[in-house]
Amino acid sequence: MKSITYFPGCTHHTNGRNMESSGKAVLETLGYQLEEMPEWICCGTVFGLSEDDLFHQVAPIRNLARVENAGDDKLVTMCAMCYNTLGRANLLVRKDKVALEALNRFMDDEPDYHGVVDVFHLSQFLRDEVGFEKISSKVRRPLKGLKVMPYYGCLLLRPEEVSIDSMEDPTIICDILEAVGVQSIKGSYISQCCGSYHTVDKKEAVARRAFEIISSARKKGAEMIALACPLCEFNLDDRQRLLSDNGMPVLYFTELLALAFGLEDSCDFDEHYVDPRPLLREKGLLGGSNGQE
Amino acid sequence: MELADSELLIRITELSGENLRSCYQCGKCSASCPMTDFMDLFPRDVIKQILEGKEQVLLSETPWVCASCFSCTVRCPNEIDIAGVMEAVRQIRLREKYDRFHPSRIPLDELEGLPQIALIGCFRKMTG
Repeated sequence: MKSITYFPGCTHHTNGRNMESSGKAVLETLGYQLEEMPEWICCGTVFGLSEDDLFHQVAPIRNLARVENAGDDKLVTMCAMCYNTLGRANLLVRKDKVALEALNRFMDDEPDYHGVVDVFHLSQFLRDEVGFEKISSKVRRPLKGLKVMPYYGCLLLRPEEVSIDSMEDPTIICDILEAVGVQSIKGSYISQCCGSYHTVDKKEAVARRAFEIISSARKKGAEMIALACPLCEFNLDDRQRLLSDNGMPVLYFTELLALAFGLEDSCDFDEHYVDPRPLLREKGLLGGSNGQE
Repeated sequence: MELADSELLIRITELSGENLRSCYQCGKCSASCPMTDFMDLFPRDVIKQILEGKEQVLLSETPWVCASCFSCTVRCPNEIDIAGVMEAVRQIRLREKYDRFHPSRIPLDELEGLPQIALIGCFRKMTG
């Protein structure tokens, strides 16, 4: 079993725990043990965009300094926002030595950071380190007949410097899901913003985004949306309670992998607003219905 | 005749690091933006008003509706980071101790269900 250093972020221990538990179980089956990095703090959540706003880079760089100081050069996260914020801060200090020096001076209670840590999103790790063949080899129950629209949102794809795939035509989550038998549906809104943190101050606007994204998925024939960010998950799943036309199950892509690997106990489907179980049962993908459990 | 840069344009340029003068008003940013239904000005109009030195742009809803999704940024043919320009407008207001949003406005029964990622993201973008 290989060990990989894991950055959980605030939400995968709470509202988004389904992605963490299913992702961990899936990685263990693939031969990787997630080791939570010691003394992690908030990643900063949103990347500071102002030229003089070094202060907002303290949180991500403090985390990366701690990883580097522990002797690691790789950090994996499951959260799209953590990935984007840690990744962009990392690129910033690699390019701008003056900024890095200022940050190191400011964090004089930490060992210096030198820019050696590479930040990965779990989906990249699965594509580049594990590989689709290995993923396919662990399938116990192919997710045949399930039509899923992968939804990428913003921060795994933009801006270009941190994009994990093509910005306008991403396939990474499709490819991962197809490796376990899912029929992936390509929608038109897969990389359009879910409304992000405006779910706090403009929830109607976010519900409208959810409506548009879900309607587009339905028109293309999708029965489910699979995604990779705890904020997208809340906005597309939970905000359906504000819509009269609701009922589209929204799962983390890791839950679908877990289901295919026979690890459904690692998913707590009660955590989702729209219960995916009726659809999964109808497709014969839950419990021992195909005799393989 | 080239007009002198207004104080507003100079400040936004310093904060964002972007060259707004390269904008030729094609509107691709506005066409790409998923939040324009909730904006009072299209992103392109925000850029235009900054270029014209119109300080009233600082009172626009648009920068507060922008969710920093970077659709505009990656599609701008002149490589202007428009999301960064929106942040610069927000920063000018926030640095005047202006808070766009206050936690007390979240109904208690909703607060419990909101993910931390949303709360922290919102406060980082909307409070000074």
